[in-house]
Amino acid sequence: MSTWRGLHVKVRTAHGLLTATSRRVTQRHTWMYGHLTLCQSLSTGRPLRDDFFKDLEAQMVAMRKKVSLALPGSNWSPMEINPLLPPERADIVIVGGGVMGWSIAYWLKQKERVRGGVKVVVVEKDSTYSQASTVLSAGGIRQQFSLPENICLSLASAEFMRNINEHLGVLNEDPVDLQFNHSGYLFLASEEVAHIMQENYNTQRSIGAEVCLLSATQLKEKFPWMNTDGVALASYGLENEGWFDPWTLLNAFKRKAISLGAIQCYGEVTDFDYKTMVMTTAEGDDVDLRRIQSVKVQMSNSLEYQPVECAIVVNAAGAFSAKLTEKLGIGFGPKHSIDGVPLPVEPRKRYVYVFNCPDGPGLDTPFLVDYSGVYFRREGLGGNYIVGTSPVEAEEPDTSDLEVDHQFFEDKLWPHLASRVPAFEKLKVTSAWAGFYDYNTFDQNGIIGTHPLINNMYFATGFSGHGLQHSPAVGRSVAELILDGQFMTLNLSRLGFKRILSQEPMLEKNIV
Amino acid sequence: MSAPFVSLRRCCQRSALLNISRRLWSSDSASPPPLHTRVLLYLTQRFYDVEMFLSWTSRLRRKGIQKKNAYYGFTQKYYGTDIAAAYYILSLKGGFRYVGQSEWFSADKRGTFNWGFLDHRETPLEEVNMSYTVINYRGLENLVDQKSLRSLSLRGCPQVDDWFLSRLHLFQDSLQELDISHCPHITIGGLAALSNLRGLRRLDVSSLPGISSPGLVIILLEEMLPQCKITATGYNHNLRQEEGEMKEEHMQAQR
Repeated sequence: MSTWRGLHVKVRTAHGLLTATSRRVTQRHTWMYGHLTLCQSLSTGRPLRDDFFKDLEAQMVAMRKKVSLALPGSNWSPMEINPLLPPERADIVIVGGGVMGWSIAYWLKQKERVRGGVKVVVVEKDSTYSQASTVLSAGGIRQQFSLPENICLSLASAEFMRNINEHLGVLNEDPVDLQFNHSGYLFLASEEVAHIMQENYNTQRSIGAEVCLLSATQLKEKFPWMNTDGVALASYGLENEGWFDPWTLLNAFKRKAISLGAIQCYGEVTDFDYKTMVMTTAEGDDVDLRRIQSVKVQMSNSLEYQPVECAIVVNAAGAFSAKLTEKLGIGFGPKHSIDGVPLPVEPRKRYVYVFNCPDGPGLDTPFLVDYSGVYFRREGLGGNYIVGTSPVEAEEPDTSDLEVDHQFFEDKLWPHLASRVPAFEKLKVTSAWAGFYDYNTFDQNGIIGTHPLINNMYFATGFSGHGLQHSPAVGRSVAELILDGQFMTLNLSRLGFKRILSQEPMLEKNIV
Repeated sequence: MSAPFVSLRRCCQRSALLNISRRLWSSDSASPPPLHTRVLLYLTQRFYDVEMFLSWTSRLRRKGIQKKNAYYGFTQKYYGTDIAAAYYILSLKGGFRYVGQSEWFSADKRGTFNWGFLDHRETPLEEVNMSYTVINYRGLENLVDQKSLRSLSLRGCPQVDDWFLSRLHLFQDSLQELDISHCPHITIGGLAALSNLRGLRRLDVSSLPGISSPGLVIILLEEMLPQCKITATGYNHNLRQEEGEMKEEHMQAQR
């Protein structure tokens, strides 16, 4: 009705120009509403327009009422709800949508017994992944570790990547192409650390990694472009080693997990709602046992948030996972109690430089790790290389941003590079970036499993730079831990939180 | 890849709509719709079942290939590794030659072969021809112990990929000739692993569709394997592409 009236007003204003037909319309309206309306509209348009808007509101209310009466069971609401909000309830919330988080989501969905058996929500704070460690890494995979757990994880991950299309292929989508470069890792050892390399080699061979040892002369023969001064021994991975595209792996996990029914959500976990129970240990100390009830997910760039009720939380937040546990009050208790031990994971900034050197080594460039700690690898075929190193403990850069310190390359990297590969005397740095390590300050190894004081939070964090290469196997192990209650394929119980409480570090016997 | 399914679904939906409209038009509707309409209607109602069925068929196909490439452990136990390898090759319709013999054993198109190879126990294989077979990474396990394998032909093998090439380091001391032409899944990442084959004298990398800039790759391969003669035919080295590469190199040199 009000629209008619509006039309009438319009018609009235253009009265003089109207043709006979429209005049008839006007007359009919006048007849319908009486002469009073006409008088009003002649005086001024304003009260009428006010009426119109007031009417509109009333009509909207009536319509809403009508619809809600007609569809009593529907949760349709005229208020616009952000479609990106996570669901109100979920079984498992994975905090951190990096490659580790999505791998866990994939394995959870893959292992569920019935379709839709577990409702998995993956919460990622940065939809562009601009600061995500996954995509800012060098993307290498190696078996040359000293801990059997790490070697097994790498072997399992390599096997996963070999059959990646059986695992992560989605019907009607393109197959996954990881762009895996099978160039192997080459570790160089000096005289002092050669015996460690020999030990590591024995461990790796006994577990089944295809690694070979090279003497300095063999090394020179195989890689003539290298200066082997100071190298006593080298170990070279023949198989399952190399580098790949992290972004492809991340997206493959994500695509498959979503196709299996995992829910993705962009937001930040800012708070937990948890219950505390006071328990007494065998020694008679009181400890607080926590159980998370719900996770508060704050949407990015807005004030909106959504509490997600959940049964299990997986902490795969990488470099920022310690912040997450702090919100549960872990690490603030008295010293020498379980409560007083924080999660020993912190972000560490690592620079990666890309340089161009047309005369550098060619297609057979391995992922070379020098005993000075400098690593480099080939990037593409155009004479580009990627280089990086870990600074000494005292010179750790500030982690508030991801700015690159170019002086670091000049001081710490170039001298080592040029002495190892004489062709790198002449090079040009073309670009650089920085990324975060989820650095485990305790022993630089992953923490997998539950916290003794948090009933339903599972950790998969602290991998200190090799999280990407271990993500497929770790995801499977965490999914087993959650769904089967124990490790089924690989026994990673030594990588649990227990070692931190009992102060027994599992250090990699690194040659660097 | 999804395009045919989308179009199929659309087609199904349209046919369903047609079906409905026809029913509306003819109220008496004595004649049922034609067969293909009914089939499409049925399929559109069962879209997810069809999807599931397709995923099962692909899984079955994969399983079949894996089964063909199974580890011949039983044969190895009773006849030794060489006979097991020979039997594996023949059952995949490949061919081989023993060390010190000129006779080739190979299976014909129907998969039948001469069982005479059983007479040569403890004789390793020297030349293996697995062209156009479904050999994959898993099947290579049967050939692991062939330490005197000199020549291996993998021409046109659909299952040979980069991981397969990276496993060829097992024959690094003996392998002299390798033919990996026409393999659809080989990329530059796998070719880099061939640097482990120190004894390689002849390499055929013709017509690999997975390589983006073949001219450059072949130069790099020749640099990496200096004693090896590399055959690379079937690539379209048109002038423009090479010009582009030259320019790129020039630019990089300038930088």
